[in-house]
Amino acid sequence: MSYFRSHILVCIDPACLAKGAHEVEDALQDELVAQGLIDEIQVLETSRIGGCSNGPELMVYPEGLHYVGLTPDDVPYLVEEHFLKGRPVKKFMEQIAVVTDEELGPPKPKEVRVVLRNCGQIDPNNIEDYIAEDGYEALAKALAMTPEAVIDEVSRSGLRGRGGAGFPAAKKWQLCRNVNDSPKYLTCNADEGDPGAFMNRRVLEGDPHSVIEGMIIAAFAIGASYGYVYCRAEYPLAVKTLNIAIQQAREFGLLGENILGSGFSFDLEVRVGAGAFVCGEETALIASIEGKRGEPRPRPPFPAVKGVWGKPTNNNNVETYAVVPQIMLKGADWYASMGTAKSKGTKTFAIGGDVNNAGLIEVPIGMTIREVVYDVAGGIRDGKGFKAVQIGGPMGGCLTTAHLDLPIDYESLTAAGAMMGSGGLVVMDEETCMVDIARFFMEFTQDESCGKCTPCRVGTKRMLEILERICNGEGKDGDIERLELLSQQIVKTSLCGLGQGAPNPVISTLKLFRHEYEAHIYEKRCPAKVCRALIHYQIEDNCTGCMVCARNCPVEAISGQRRAVHVIDPNVCIKCGICMQVCNFNAVAVTS
Amino acid sequence: MKNGKDVMQVVRSAVTQHGATRDELIPILTDVNHELGYIPQEAVTEVSRLIGMPKSQLYSVASFYEMLSLHPRGRHVIKFCENAPCHVVGGRQVWQALRDELQVLPGETTPDDRFTLMTTSCLGICAVGPVVVIDDDVYGNIEPSQVAGILARYK
Repeated sequence: MSYFRSHILVCIDPACLAKGAHEVEDALQDELVAQGLIDEIQVLETSRIGGCSNGPELMVYPEGLHYVGLTPDDVPYLVEEHFLKGRPVKKFMEQIAVVTDEELGPPKPKEVRVVLRNCGQIDPNNIEDYIAEDGYEALAKALAMTPEAVIDEVSRSGLRGRGGAGFPAAKKWQLCRNVNDSPKYLTCNADEGDPGAFMNRRVLEGDPHSVIEGMIIAAFAIGASYGYVYCRAEYPLAVKTLNIAIQQAREFGLLGENILGSGFSFDLEVRVGAGAFVCGEETALIASIEGKRGEPRPRPPFPAVKGVWGKPTNNNNVETYAVVPQIMLKGADWYASMGTAKSKGTKTFAIGGDVNNAGLIEVPIGMTIREVVYDVAGGIRDGKGFKAVQIGGPMGGCLTTAHLDLPIDYESLTAAGAMMGSGGLVVMDEETCMVDIARFFMEFTQDESCGKCTPCRVGTKRMLEILERICNGEGKDGDIERLELLSQQIVKTSLCGLGQGAPNPVISTLKLFRHEYEAHIYEKRCPAKVCRALIHYQIEDNCTGCMVCARNCPVEAISGQRRAVHVIDPNVCIKCGICMQVCNFNAVAVTS
Repeated sequence: MKNGKDVMQVVRSAVTQHGATRDELIPILTDVNHELGYIPQEAVTEVSRLIGMPKSQLYSVASFYEMLSLHPRGRHVIKFCENAPCHVVGGRQVWQALRDELQVLPGETTPDDRFTLMTTSCLGICAVGPVVVIDDDVYGNIEPSQVAGILARYK
């Protein structure tokens, strides 16, 4: 058996690929061949190693050295010094001070990694790496049990669907199992469309076998014979990694006929979307798998009864399946020991916005918003004050300082007017305009409305028009009431979750920040000084007359003599804010 | 012929690869779109004939998905991420730079057919925002000053 004295792991996260990771990898291979080292040193691909902010990155084992910022031209020198002469190259090494994996670094305080445990640790393109981390042991264990016992184990673990609604996973499986029809199908929702949410992408790219193993176990429990992973086309690397993983699982006899000699057969394929947010809705997803327009349909019948090809189908998302092997392996009691009374286990979140440590986190369910924002994510950027957190994606809601001690679990969030959703957390500081935020999300849902039902298609359009008017300083008396009425109607009458959730950002901001809407409408004022039509730039008396602002103004709206206070002509000013950015004396102020 | 490729050839090869069934419609159309830059009328007719599906249903699918186009696009398609995480780290300025450089509105193609400017939904690589995708190449951490240089790589 050949023996490699050294392994080079190349990060092939999209961020590093965008900076030329493949070119560096090719150069490495070529150089190792040229130096006659190719039989001694192995080059492997892996998901994110470090921050990718200074990619392409490499990790060299056994030394555990981290090289960053490489170009193909650096490779010959690196190979000669490190691998031929055994002298690590300092200038390419990651400086400890700048270890900033903005997405997923070493576990942050209070983090518990279950779903993300293998990401960045193993080679996702090598099934043996996964197997070495106890991979597929859970499958072997499950196949030796009865399907009922598997469902019972998952039931006792308290696992709830991680796609957003939080329906108990075991109950869903049981419903599908009980339907007297065949064949049965399994679908995995990998259509992670919420802006800023990329938890599932990391799992698919970093640990695809955990999802595949979870799907095989679920299929066994339900009695399904075929599965589909519906992945969005915006994730090309995830699609590629999954396809490689599926192929390897087949070669190892883990997919296909008579899996591990158990008599159970199951196979699966990847279906790639073509760019439609609504396909994350389960009935739309099924339509898209069948090659139709991805439009939702009324339920019942639920997919458990009539899903793909009109047959019983169980649909869970990436994170739900990925956690199943861990539950089978470590037991329901272990999983149920984390979380709250009604929401067990851990949840991954993509936390973004105005926090110090943005990125991916995984925490036990029930952690308070305060702990997540201040302890895990390191608090608000630039020492500013916390204003709100938007949770649950474009159909979620906002929570304020009053909710800081609210535990993050399905029930508490829903009761407070937000929702768990897929796990996007956008933290906003005091300089955020909540009307503008509501407008932003409404623009998104309006754009993504599939157009099938009128309340969503037309209703969201009308709401967006009112919100745009308010932000433009043209709000009228009665606008708030009209928004409230429309919200109620859309929630009640829309066909699917997209429409029913679309007004949520407006409802929750109206409830918590009504005064901001009123200020826009009645006082023509944007309290956060964000809405362009309602703000004015002016130069204060501490202006030194350096003329930098006047030189940079794109419309020549600024006048004044050298060493004298300058003036902005409000009739010419387009409120681009450049003067404020370039001023070295903080002399430009925004008023509203 | 479209973009130097034989439309019928492209369609038949896509249908052969995926199989002549209705459930493979989206993969087939995606391939045709990728090869030709869009889905021309002749391709719709041929796919309809090969998989035995009415053209009306084919249109309903092709017009639904953002990534499928029934109209010609430029030789290179630029997709700019317009979502919140990119927006707040300077995306707005990059977007302006792109529009200034190309002098077109979103969805439009430059008069020389070189570029079509589009927006994309979140690509999930928010840590390196703002993000611009040109054809299959992803560019991260873009600054407005880099836009012209990047565009110059595409002829």
